[in-house]
Amino acid sequence: MAETLLKIENLTKEYEGQKILDGIHLEVKKGDVLVVVGPSGCGKSTLLRCINALEPIQGGTIKLQGMDIRKGSKNITTLRQKIGMVFQSYELFPHLTVIDNITLAPVKVQKRDKAEVRKEAMELLARVGLADKAKSYPRQLSGGQKQRVAIVRALCMHPEILLFDEVTAALDPEMVREVLDVMLDLAKQGKTMLIVTHEMQFAKAVADKVIFIDQGKIVEEAAPEEFFEHPKTERAKQFLNVFTFEQVEHHVE
Amino acid sequence: MPDLGIDVLFKGTNMLRLLQGLWVAMKISIVSILISMPLGILVGALMTVKNKVVKAIFRVYLEFIRIMPQLVLLFIVYFGSTRALGWNLSGEVASVIVFVLWGTAEMGDLVRGALISIPKHQYESSEALGLSKIQTYLYIIIPQTVRRLIPLSINLITRMIKTTSLVLMIGVVEMLKVAQQIIEANRMSSPNAAFGVFLVVFVLYFFACWPFSVLARVLEKKWN
Repeated sequence: MAETLLKIENLTKEYEGQKILDGIHLEVKKGDVLVVVGPSGCGKSTLLRCINALEPIQGGTIKLQGMDIRKGSKNITTLRQKIGMVFQSYELFPHLTVIDNITLAPVKVQKRDKAEVRKEAMELLARVGLADKAKSYPRQLSGGQKQRVAIVRALCMHPEILLFDEVTAALDPEMVREVLDVMLDLAKQGKTMLIVTHEMQFAKAVADKVIFIDQGKIVEEAAPEEFFEHPKTERAKQFLNVFTFEQVEHHVE
Repeated sequence: MPDLGIDVLFKGTNMLRLLQGLWVAMKISIVSILISMPLGILVGALMTVKNKVVKAIFRVYLEFIRIMPQLVLLFIVYFGSTRALGWNLSGEVASVIVFVLWGTAEMGDLVRGALISIPKHQYESSEALGLSKIQTYLYIIIPQTVRRLIPLSINLITRMIKTTSLVLMIGVVEMLKVAQQIIEANRMSSPNAAFGVFLVVFVLYFFACWPFSVLARVLEKKWN
């Protein structure tokens, strides 16, 4: 049995009196790939932001390897190093080159040897097909390239778990694939990942388990085949119907 | 070639006097810039705090200085405040006071703008990488703010240099005033001198401001 990395118990998040997350229980084991889906505004992005302590929480606990994650707590910078996060809008640092974007935190935060970090960064860049972009600035890259750099930046910190927050949502369709391929590759390497996405085909391919959230609650939790083929709850069925619209229209023709 | 009357500048020490006038203008602007830049950074940083009272105070200050023509400000400080408060101000000191008040307000607004233009996500992605608050400012926020700020503040510097041409109105003998004096003195012998002398003044202002303008463009190109 793999060790439990992340344990969320009864997590409650309120914003201006409104419950965004309401009693979330979640356990992520080492090597798990969990995909979180749900209608927009259901709280799935907020869940990731809470796990990285970017949002204060109002109740419950989030524990990484038994250590409490909470915004403002003293050891939070240490904990965050174990959690890699990739954002929807890439959020590379525009004033730094690709290689500096990647090496900044390992060198300044983890105090690792600069040459060693650089070497690793170059290997990772090569792996995502961007070795020739090391000296470029983010503005010179396409959206898909930026997102791959952002993934490498997170990886270079050697995180225990990677959080992906709708990382393909801002991309042009033809660039989505290159980013998803990188993520599939990471899954194959056995990285622990928590992925929020709207790419249902991708979710089906990559997930060990699908978590369906609606109105701040986990409504369904199942293996991907099970969830996509035989959703148990009415709300999950309704949600999945949104994505099968194309097929419906096809039958009408 | 029409007679532009530039030759009057070669009479006696006229050219030297004109350059001394330029030096007076530069002195007022440089001293004002050196004082108002750091003050402006402080004011700009204060304007981004959450405290409503602090915000309101600086807002009023900024709007007041912005709306007032600089010449009116000069008159208030030089003629108004000396009378009302009974102190003694030289024209140059009054000019520096006005330019510092003005420069600080403008610089403050530029700093505020640059600071709030850094997206919230830059702070977050930095924090998500485990950088502390101080490291986030040091490596992420301040370098980006400075990059946005430098072209803008250089533009402000050239505006401050140019605007010193107003201080002759409160009796400071700077370049433009010297030029007028030279033209006045040679009205009979060289009636066309106004054109030539003001042309030279124009060129001198240009060379005083141009290097800053070039620097701003170079930096902008490098960073954008």
